[in-house]
Amino acid sequence: MSDTPSAKGQEFERTLDQSAKEVARFKRDRHSPLERIQHVLHNNPTLVPVIVLAISVIAFGLIAGGRFFSAFNLSLILQQVSIIGILAAAQSLIIITAGIDLSVAAIMVLMSVIMGNLAVFAGVPSPLAILIGLGGGVGAGMMNGWLITRIKLPPFITTLGTWSIFYALLLWLSGAQSIRGQDIDANAPFLKFFGFAFNIGGARITLSAILMIVVFVVLWYMLNKTAWGRHVYAIGDDKDAAEMSGIRTDRTLMSVYGLSGLVCALAGWASIGRVGSISPQSFYEGNLDSITAVVIGGISLFGGRGSIMGALFGALIVGVFRSGLRLSGVDVLWQVFAIGWLIIIAVAIDQWIRRVSA
Amino acid sequence: MSSDMTPVVQARGIVKRYGHVTAIDQSDFELRPGEILAVIGDNGAGKSSIVKAICGATIPDEGEILIEGKPVNFTSPIEAREMGIEIVYQNLALSPALSIADNMFTGRELRKPGWMGKYLRLLDKPAMEKFARDKLTELGLMTVQSIKQPVETLSGGQRQGVAVARAAAFATKFIIMDEPTAALGVKESRKVLELIQDVRARGIPIILISHNMPHVFEVADRIHIHRLGKRLCTIDPKDYTMSDAVAFMTGAKEPPAQDAA
Ligand SMILES: Nc1ncnc2c1ncn2[C@@H]1O[C@H](COP(=O)(O)OP(=O)(O)O)[C@@H](O)[C@H]1O
Ligand SMILES: [Mg+2]
Repeated sequence: MSDTPSAKGQEFERTLDQSAKEVARFKRDRHSPLERIQHVLHNNPTLVPVIVLAISVIAFGLIAGGRFFSAFNLSLILQQVSIIGILAAAQSLIIITAGIDLSVAAIMVLMSVIMGNLAVFAGVPSPLAILIGLGGGVGAGMMNGWLITRIKLPPFITTLGTWSIFYALLLWLSGAQSIRGQDIDANAPFLKFFGFAFNIGGARITLSAILMIVVFVVLWYMLNKTAWGRHVYAIGDDKDAAEMSGIRTDRTLMSVYGLSGLVCALAGWASIGRVGSISPQSFYEGNLDSITAVVIGGISLFGGRGSIMGALFGALIVGVFRSGLRLSGVDVLWQVFAIGWLIIIAVAIDQWIRRVSA
Repeated sequence: MSSDMTPVVQARGIVKRYGHVTAIDQSDFELRPGEILAVIGDNGAGKSSIVKAICGATIPDEGEILIEGKPVNFTSPIEAREMGIEIVYQNLALSPALSIADNMFTGRELRKPGWMGKYLRLLDKPAMEKFARDKLTELGLMTVQSIKQPVETLSGGQRQGVAVARAAAFATKFIIMDEPTAALGVKESRKVLELIQDVRARGIPIILISHNMPHVFEVADRIHIHRLGKRLCTIDPKDYTMSDAVAFMTGAKEPPAQDAA
C-alpha cells in the first residue's frame, strides 16, 4: 500500500521477493504462477493500473503515431484529466473508507458558482470569495459526513440525496445561467488562476494539472505516512474492529468527508480556469467519471484497499483512451464502450485479488 | 509481583439492562494481582457483558468498579486503555489489510521526533516495526516472514498471536481475553495458552473467558462461574473437577458456600 509513485519498480521487486520466499517456506506445491501473480497484486494493487497505463500509452503511440506520442498531446491529456483527477482524489478518500460519494461533482460546481457569484457580481474580493467557496466545500462534505455518521444513513443514499440538493442549489444560485469568461476576466481574473499555462519544450503545462499532482501527493502522504491515514484505511477495512482498537471512527469519518469536500471545492476553483467560464451544466457526470477513475485505479469499492495514486493512474488511463481512440479516428461511442469494459475488468480483477488466501 | 493483595479489579452490584433483557444482574467480580482468572458460563450468561462493563466498552446502569482500590467510571475502552487495561476481543479487532506493525499500534501510533513528527505528523515506521518485531520475538511469535505483512495473510493462530502480543506489549494493569482459543486448532491453541502463561509470568493478571474446560483447568488460578447474569461462585481448580464446574455452570449442582469477596 505504501508505494511511492517513483519507487514502483523496487516496491514490485520487494513484494515479489517476499511472495517467492513464502512459497519456498510453507506451501511449496500449492502456489501456481497465477497465484503468485495474485499475491503480488494483492500486496500492490496499484500495479495493475500502472501496467495498463504503460501498455495503452505504448499501444496508442504505435497506432496513432506521433500525433499521440507528442509532448503536446501528452500534456494535453494531463490538462484534460486534471479536474476529474482532482475529483477522483476526493472520491478515493471516501471509497477507501468503504463509502461512496455521488455528490462530489455537485459540490465542485456549486462552489464554483458561489465563488463566481461573490467575486463577479457581488464585488467580494476574489481571494475572499475563493476562501468562502473552499469553506463551503468543507461544509457540504461535512453535511454528508454528519448524515452518514450521526443519522447513520448509508453513504450511497445520503450522497444520492445531497447530489440533488446541491444541484438544485447551484441551479437556483446561478439562475441556470453561465458566468461568461469575459465577465470573470473583467471583475475577478484571479478565479482563473489555475488556467494559467506555460510551455516546456513542446509540452503545455497548466497550473490545474500541477494542482492535481500536488493534491495527489499531499493526500498520498496523509494516507500513508500519518496516523490519521492508517485510521482511514482501518475504518474502511473493518469499522467495528477499528472502533474497538481505539480509533474514534465517527470523528475520523467526519474529517474524511470534510477534507473530501475541500478537495471538491478546490477542483471547483481549478475548473473555472480550465473551462474559462462558470457553467452550472458542466461536469454533470463528474461524479461517475470520478468513480470510474478510482475503480480503474485499483481502489477497492469494498474499502480499506488500494493506493490513492491508483486513482491518478485511473484518470490518466481514461484520458489516454479518449485521446488515443480519437486520434486513431475511432467514433466516440467506441471510446465510451472501451471505458465501460475497463471498469468491469478492473472490478473483476479487484474481486480476484481480494480472494487471495493466507 | 507485589504481595499487596488489593484486588486489581473489584466490582460490586453491576447491573446492565438491554430493554427487557438483563445482561448483568447485580453481579460482583474480582481479579487479584498476578493471577489468571477464568470466567466460565453458559452461552448468554453474560460473560462478555461483565468484562465489557469492566473495560468501558459498555457503561453499566448500576454498581461500582474499583481498579486497584480506586473507583473508576469509564465511558469508553480508550479510557481503560489509557490506564493500561488491554482487551483481546472475541473477533480480535484487527484490520486485515493493514500490516502487523500497523495493527499493533492502531490508535497509539508513534511519530517521528522533531518537526517532521510535530508539524508533518510523520509516522515513525522504523521504530514501530522494530518494537513490533521485538515484541513478537519476545513471545516467540516471529515465525511470520515480515512485520509489514498484512494480517489477512496470517493463519488464525498467528492472528491471535498478534492480538495477544499487542495486548501484552501495552498492558500495565491487566488483560482481558474473550474466548481466545475458540476458533483455533489444537496446535494453535497450545501456543496461545503458552502465551497466556508467559504474560502472567511477567506479573500481568489476565481475565480469560473460555468455554474450553481443559484449557481453563490447565491455566487458571481461580475460576469465576457466571450464571444467569451474575457471579455464582469462584472456585479453585485444584479443589474441583471439570464436571463439577460444568454442573455449577448449568445449575445441575448447588454451588459451594462462599465467603462473599
Ligand atoms: N448490545 C446488546 N444488546 C442487546 N442485548 C445484548 C447486548 N449484548 C448482550 N446482550 C444480551 O445479554 C445477554 C448476555 O450476553 P453475553 O454477555 O454476550 O453472554 P456470553 O458472553 O456469556 O455468551 C444475552 O442474552 C445477550 O443477548
Ligand atoms: Mg461472549
